Amino acid sequence: MDATATPAIAVENLVKRYKSVTAVDGISFRLAPGSITGLLGGNGAGKTTTIAIIMGLIEPTSGTVSVLGAQMPKQRYRVLHRMNFESPYVAMPLRLTVRQNLSVFAQLYAVADIEGRIASLAADLELTEFLDRQTGKLSAGQKTRVSLAKALLNRPEILLLDEPTASLDPDTADWVRSRLESYRIDHGATVLLASHNMTEVERLCERVIIMKTGRIEDDDTPQRLLDRYGRETLEQVFLDVARGRSGQREAAQ
Amino acid sequence: MNDVGLEFSVNRVAAMVRRYWYLLRSSWPRVLDLVYWPTVQMLMWGFLQLYVTQNGGLFARATGVFIGAVLLWDILFRGQIGFSISFLEEMWSRNLGNLMMSPLRPIEFIASLMIMSIVRLLIGMVPVTLLAVAFFGFNLWSLGFALAAFFVNLILTSWSIGIFVAGLLLRNGMGAESMAWTIMFLFLPLACVYYPVAVLPHWLQYIAWALPPTYVFEGMRALLIDHVFRADLMLEALAFNIVLFAIASLAFLKLLQSARVQGSLLQTGE
Repeated sequence: MDATATPAIAVENLVKRYKSVTAVDGISFRLAPGSITGLLGGNGAGKTTTIAIIMGLIEPTSGTVSVLGAQMPKQRYRVLHRMNFESPYVAMPLRLTVRQNLSVFAQLYAVADIEGRIASLAADLELTEFLDRQTGKLSAGQKTRVSLAKALLNRPEILLLDEPTASLDPDTADWVRSRLESYRIDHGATVLLASHNMTEVERLCERVIIMKTGRIEDDDTPQRLLDRYGRETLEQVFLDVARGRSGQREAAQ
Repeated sequence: MNDVGLEFSVNRVAAMVRRYWYLLRSSWPRVLDLVYWPTVQMLMWGFLQLYVTQNGGLFARATGVFIGAVLLWDILFRGQIGFSISFLEEMWSRNLGNLMMSPLRPIEFIASLMIMSIVRLLIGMVPVTLLAVAFFGFNLWSLGFALAAFFVNLILTSWSIGIFVAGLLLRNGMGAESMAWTIMFLFLPLACVYYPVAVLPHWLQYIAWALPPTYVFEGMRALLIDHVFRADLMLEALAFNIVLFAIASLAFLKLLQSARVQGSLLQTGE
């Protein structure tokens, strides 16, 4: 990242403790505007907590998080309308139709021309034929597309994605990745993607932050990580990190 | 722009009301539920009232006291339940994270829940009040201005309790769900819904008089038995309600802040 550029997201010495458990342990990183970064880590690595703090849903124990210049969570209402997120761990009301759900969120985000925006997103995400169907009657893949439509309603400058393709079949997951990729390119959005899926991170991300037990274990481009660990895939790199084998040592061997 | 979320947008409140309205009209059991219990209660107490009035004594001139009490109790109880159920709908559908991440301010969320509690009350109570006229000749609407004073005070209490319960749910997740259904029953014996405050032991009367609904039910009895509208009781109830509402709102904000610290806004399970 250009040292002079104002970061879209700046995390400094972030710590989050829950009683005796330290979920995030003094991490720092900066994301350049328009970049796409993968946050990799196993279960309990601190990815979801980090994203939730960036969204202003969790108060950090110490450290600071700045999003588009606003301190989170204190100044969250300055920027929430410029952000959005998608996660399989939250859902939209199942009894409402897709159109009703999207129009409610569009109104919450003060989207102009709500009907036009919904129609355009529905066409782009191939949801037009489902718009008047109850959200609960859609398949998992269709629901993910609805969640993605909700996440893109306000044309966010910051898009936070927590395992956006979890529980999707490979074809649907690949389709979702394509749409995310084209959205970022078309809108210059900054994307932070938490995932277990190495293929996804390898394909989408220009930078990868690997977390383990609340700390950043490594942070680089996918290619440099592969080179440093002497591996062919990010999955192998991830396993090296998870099992405590450092990149420097592997490279030296 | 305000950093603490006090900025208010009618548009966002309208979005949330629309969301709850879509939900309500999509499910006939939800609508039926609004009318079912108030009807059963009103019929049961109405027939009991008929029986005791036919047997003379004090109750002979207390026409409508039981039915009036049950209808006003339902405004109090259903007002809070209507508020809490709309909030619980967000937890049941795992939508809370989406809302908390959106520009929706807590004050707007609360305002939409208040509006929905009135909408739900009207759907449930208007048919029941008409049935009370048909079955027992008791016309709640004939109370006019007094009914408005009763309603304002009862709905303010129900909102205060609803706001407090919403804070508990945010902080403790679905483990606190039972509070939403049961907390108001604490008022049933203490607010003297079906009997005068004088019936209570002396020491318990102090507690009863600290609860705003007590003034409403005493006021109702004064109106129906002695045909006197006690404006003083309504003003006292309003004063207590203002204090209760302020305490509930502060408690909600504290519990919301605690939920942010505990990380429970995304984990809304048990």
